[in-house]
Amino acid sequence: MRMDLIQPFIGSLDAVLAEMMKAPAKIVDLTMEVKGYRRKGAAAVVTFRGQIEGRVILDMDPGAAAQVASLLFGKDVAPDEAIIKETVCELANMVIGNAVTQLNDGGFQFKVFPPEVVAQEECAETGKDSEATILCFETASGNVYLNIVMKYLQRRSRERSAVPVA
Amino acid sequence: MKQFDALTRKKDREPVRYLIVDDSVFARKSLAKMIESFGGQVIGEAGDGCTAITEYTRTKPDIVLMDITMPQMEGIEAVERIVQEHPDARIVMVSSVGYQDNILAALQKGARHFVQKPVKPDALYEIIRYVLNDDGVTVTVGAGQEKSR
Repeated sequence: MRMDLIQPFIGSLDAVLAEMMKAPAKIVDLTMEVKGYRRKGAAAVVTFRGQIEGRVILDMDPGAAAQVASLLFGKDVAPDEAIIKETVCELANMVIGNAVTQLNDGGFQFKVFPPEVVAQEECAETGKDSEATILCFETASGNVYLNIVMKYLQRRSRERSAVPVA
Repeated sequence: MKQFDALTRKKDREPVRYLIVDDSVFARKSLAKMIESFGGQVIGEAGDGCTAITEYTRTKPDIVLMDITMPQMEGIEAVERIVQEHPDARIVMVSSVGYQDNILAALQKGARHFVQKPVKPDALYEIIRYVLNDDGVTVTVGAGQEKSR
């Protein structure tokens, strides 16, 4: 997978976690997988279609989700299932939305769909030509995972319009 | 949460009335909390563009905070429809998806401003104040005056 497609997601998650959790997060693991993905905690998926197609899953330990919820509400929040799912969806929306903004401004054009809760324990295999990149971020309240599967379908508009050198 | 000098309507000194449009209940609650700290009143909420249009007509808010990526009808289309019917509508887009084409499309359809998520209360307050003051809708009441109101 192209690193220039992954980098905005790393930067975005880093920035959003720092803002939402008021503490730094660090990447502790990076793996590539083609096998099915097993959910770690509460997860939400965002899909996109266009020059880049794929999906990104944000997966959080419940403790980390509860901390984000508490900070957003400005008071301690009971970590019940509904609040944790809402938190993960909103965080996925922010992280992926910010990354998508950078990619679009970089010349990639695609449409993003609203986040959906991942209910199943295990996701389907990604397929031969699109392995998943899984990033694990460590925070004081638990781990946060980004599972990225993207297929690059077309050249960027900037590259397409470039005049070839004779 | 930090308390801001209250923004009130010039005509009757009542709190500014907001309509919040976002498919995430969580995001709506978070924005409502910020609005409370601005001295405002949430008079309606909607989870998609279609509901936003009916809620706008029903509540006639002073300002709308509108998400972009939503099910059924997206925020930019909702802006277009609301502004067609209510040309004086004041709509601020609040979205995590803030690429230039999207912002430009929203502004062309009639949105007044754009705030990127995660929303910082100070930034949202300044933008709301700018949008409302621009139309002469609000005055800012200092914290001391607000307490005695």
